[in-house]
Amino acid sequence: MTYFDVATAAVEAALAAGARYADARVMHRRTESMSARNGEIEDLTQGEDAGVGVRALVGSGWGFFAAPDLSDRAARGAGTRAARIAASSLAVPGPAAELLPGAPVVASWESECLVDPLSVPLSDKGDLLVGATGQAHATGADVAEGRYEIWDTSKWFVSSEGHRIDQHVRECGGGIASTVVGLAETQRRSYPCYRGQYGTRGWELVTELDLAAHATRITEEAKALLTAPICPVGETTLILGGEQVALQIHESVGHAIELDRILGWEAGFAGTSWLDLAQLGRMRYGSDLMNIVIDPTIAGALGSFGFDDEGTPATARDAVREGRWVGVLAGRDSASVAGLDYAGSVRAEGWAKLPMVRMTNVGLRPGPHTLDEIIASTDDGVYMETNRSWSIDDKRLNFQFGCEIGWEVRNGKLGRMVRNPVYTGVGPSFWQSMDMLSGEVVAWGTPNCGKGQPAQVGHTGHPAAPARFRNVRVGVRA
Amino acid sequence: MSVSNERELAGLAEQVLANAKRAGGPAAEVEVLVERVDMGLTRFANSYIHQNVAEATTTVRVRLHAGGRTAAGSTTVTTPDALADLVDRTLAAARLSPTDPGWPGLAPPAAPRGRGYVDERIVDASPEQRAGLVRAFVDAAGGLTTAGYASTQYWQTAFVNSNDHSAYAATTQVVLDGVARTASSDGTGRAAGVRLTDVDGGVLGARAAAKARAAADPVELRPGRYEVVLEPPAVADMLHFLAVHCFNAKAVGEGRSFAELGAPQFDPAVSLIDDASANGTGLPFDVQGTPRARLHLVAAGVTAGLAHDRRTAAEAGTASTGHAQLDRHTGPIATNLSLKPPPGPAPIVTPGPAADSSVAALVARIKRGILVSDHWYTRVLDPKSLVVTGLTRNGVWLIENGEPTTALRNFRFTQSYPLALAPGAVLGVGTHAMTLPGEWPAAAHVTPALHLATWHFSGGASG
Repeated sequence: MTYFDVATAAVEAALAAGARYADARVMHRRTESMSARNGEIEDLTQGEDAGVGVRALVGSGWGFFAAPDLSDRAARGAGTRAARIAASSLAVPGPAAELLPGAPVVASWESECLVDPLSVPLSDKGDLLVGATGQAHATGADVAEGRYEIWDTSKWFVSSEGHRIDQHVRECGGGIASTVVGLAETQRRSYPCYRGQYGTRGWELVTELDLAAHATRITEEAKALLTAPICPVGETTLILGGEQVALQIHESVGHAIELDRILGWEAGFAGTSWLDLAQLGRMRYGSDLMNIVIDPTIAGALGSFGFDDEGTPATARDAVREGRWVGVLAGRDSASVAGLDYAGSVRAEGWAKLPMVRMTNVGLRPGPHTLDEIIASTDDGVYMETNRSWSIDDKRLNFQFGCEIGWEVRNGKLGRMVRNPVYTGVGPSFWQSMDMLSGEVVAWGTPNCGKGQPAQVGHTGHPAAPARFRNVRVGVRA
Repeated sequence: MSVSNERELAGLAEQVLANAKRAGGPAAEVEVLVERVDMGLTRFANSYIHQNVAEATTTVRVRLHAGGRTAAGSTTVTTPDALADLVDRTLAAARLSPTDPGWPGLAPPAAPRGRGYVDERIVDASPEQRAGLVRAFVDAAGGLTTAGYASTQYWQTAFVNSNDHSAYAATTQVVLDGVARTASSDGTGRAAGVRLTDVDGGVLGARAAAKARAAADPVELRPGRYEVVLEPPAVADMLHFLAVHCFNAKAVGEGRSFAELGAPQFDPAVSLIDDASANGTGLPFDVQGTPRARLHLVAAGVTAGLAHDRRTAAEAGTASTGHAQLDRHTGPIATNLSLKPPPGPAPIVTPGPAADSSVAALVARIKRGILVSDHWYTRVLDPKSLVVTGLTRNGVWLIENGEPTTALRNFRFTQSYPLALAPGAVLGVGTHAMTLPGEWPAAAHVTPALHLATWHFSGGASG
C-alpha cells in the first residue's frame, strides 16, 4: 500500500460518510536539533513522526481528524471521523462554504538541497557548535549558546477533486548567541540573527554562515553593551538592519494581509486585521519604495514549496505595489468568501494539524540604495540591528520592537553604540515614512511563526534589506 | 475519543526499554516516556463553527546515556520495527555525540503524588458536546458577534527507566475561551477545568457580552503610570513569565533571573505555589520521571523556592522538584501556579465590566485608576529585570471613585513584572481565584485579580 493509497482511502471514507469534499495529507517527517552551551553539547534530539490528516466538508461545516497510523483501516477511520466532526459543525452553522475552483494537479516537487543535512556526521555538527560556543565563552560570554535544527518532510496529498501531489522538503539552519550578565540586566548579541537563519536548503546553508568566525565579535559587542549609554528617547530617523526589517514585514504586513484574519476567522485568538477588503487595490500601505511580494517560488527561502496544502501551485503575487495594497494571503475557502480569484497560501505544521492561511515568503523587492548610502545620507538618527523582542496588537497596527544593539548616526557616520534600543509605531504611518531602501536583500527565515488553535508553528521567509524610516519614536522604557 | 489504556502505553514503554537495554548493554542508562493525547477542539468565529478538529496521537520518547554521551529521540510510529529503529537511531546518535559531563543520572524509583484526575465525560466528549458549549456561548452573547474555541483533552503518560522506576498518570482538561464583539470593542469569557461541568458556555458568553457592551465606544486616555486592577487573565500572564524567567533554576544559575532565595522580593500579600494536584490539571511527575513536589515559590512575599530538573538540581546541589521540560534549553518550568487569594465570600455576577464581585470589590477601593481585562502579545525586553511589553485587550476602563466609568482604548505597556509585585506594590488581592489555561500541555494557572499601586502604560495602541 503506497502513501497515496492511504490518503485516497481516507478521502474515500470521508465521502462515503457524507462529505461533499475531502482531502488528505500523509506526511512523514524526520527532525534533528542540537544545542550547545559554553562549549558543551546541551541537547541532541532526533524525531520522527508520521500520520494522516483528513479534511472534510459536509454542507457548510468543516471537520478534520488526524491519526498516527498509516494502515488502510486507520485511514478510513480518520476519514469517517473527519466527516462526523464536519457534520457536528452544523450545530452552529455559518454561511454556505465553497472552494475556489482549481484544476486537479498531479505532480511531484522537491526542494533544492546540495548537502543532505541529516547525512552530515553528528560529530561534525557537534564540533561546529562546541567550537563556536566554546570560543564565545572563552571570550567572556556568561552564556554562549548555539543551535541548529533540521526538518526533512515528505508528504502525499490527495483530494476528492483529483489532486495527487507528493513533495519532499528539506529545511535547516542555525545560529549562535552570546549573553553577558550585568548587575541589573543582561545583554545579548546573536549571529546571524535572533534564533539563527533558516531556509529550504541543505547543510550548505549552515556551512556558509561560518558561525565560529563571528563568535568573538558578538561576544565583544555584548560586553560593550553592558556599559554603553542607553538608547535616547524621542522621535528620530531610524535605520534598521535587514533582519529587523524582515521581522517588521512579518508582523506588520505578513499577518495583516492574511485573509482569514481580515475575515474575522482569527478574532478569538490571533486577532483580526486593520485592513478592509473594500480598500484592496486602493489603499496606501506605505511609501512608493514599498513593494511587497508573496512568493513561495524563491529557491532556498524558508517559505518555499511547490504546492500549498490545498494543492494550489506556488505562484508569485504582489501584496503591496509602489505603496498600494493589492494582494492577500488566501486559501480556497477564504478566497471564495472574499470574492477573490486566487489562493495558494494554506499550510499546516504537520499531518496532525488543520491547514490554514499562512505566510509563505513575504518580502520586499530590492530598493535603489545601499546601507552605506543610507547611513551616509543621514544627519541625525539611530541604526538598530538584530531583533530582541517583538509585540504587536491584535489588529496588527501598533507595534513595539526591541533590538539587540544600536548606534547613533551623526552627520552621515555611525557614532556611539547604544544599549536597549527600542522603537514603536503604527504600521501604515511607519511604512509610509520609509524613504530609503537598500538593494542588499537577504531572504531571512522565521521558523517560529505561531498561529491557530491548537497552536501551529509555521516556517516563513522574508526577503528584506536595510531601510530608513523618518520620525519614529525610539527609546521607550519601563 | 479513541482511547488507549495504561497497559497499552506501559507496554510500549517497556518494549522500548527492553530494546534499549539489549542494544546499549547493561551500562546504558535509559528513560522512556510514552505520551498519548486525545484532543478535540472546536473553533468558532463570526458566531459559527468554522474549524473543528480532533487528533489522537501517541508519541514515544527515549533518552539514552551510554559511554558518557547522551542523545534523545522520538517517534509517533509505534510498530515494533519503528520502535526498534528509534532505539538504534538514538543509540547511534549518542555514540557520535560529544561527551556529556553534566549528565545527572536517572531518577530513582519514587511514587508520585497520585495519578492525576480524569473525568470520563471529557474522555468520551464528542464533537457534538463541544458544539453544544459553543452554541450556549453564542446564544448567551445576545446577538453580538462571537469567536473562540471549546476544547476537550485527555493526556496519558507512561514512564519507565533503567533504574527500575516506572509511573503512569492521566489528566483531563476542558477549556472554553471566547470573545463577544461590538463594532468598537471585545469582551472575554474564559475558563478551564478538569471536569466537563467546570465550564458553562452560557455564563461565559454572557460575561463576554457584558464586557464587550461595557467596553464599547472607547476613548483615548493619556499614557502614564496608573493604579490598576488586573483581572485574572492578565495576572495569569504575569505568572507565566515569572515561571519561565524568575523561578527557573537554570536562569538563576546563569544569572539571568532576579530571584534570590530568602529575600523579600514580593509584597507580603503574594504567596505563590506550583501544585499539579491542586487544581487537578497537571501531571504528577515530569518528563524525567521525578514526582512533582508541591513547591512554594513565594511565601508571604519571600522568594522561597525554585523549579528544578535533575540537571539544575545536580549543579545546585539540591533535589529535583519535578519540573523538567522536554527541551533542556528551556530549563525547568513551573506550569501549574496558584496565587493564593485571601478568604472571602463566594463571587457573584455584578453589573458592569468587572468579571465578578471579587473584582468589583478591588475596583471599589480606587479613586482613579484603570481596570484591565487581559494582556496580549507580551514579550520580554530583559529577562533579569523582567521588563515586559505588551498590550491590553478585551476591555479596559477608567476607574473613578470606585466605579469603572469610561471605556478606554487599548494601551501598550512596558513594565517590570517583579517591580509591579514588589513590597508595598500589591494593594489588594481578589478573593476569588479563576482557573485559566496555561501555555504548556496539562498546564493551568489559578489566580485571583490583583490591585497594584502602579502600572506603566507606555503608549496608546493607536499610536
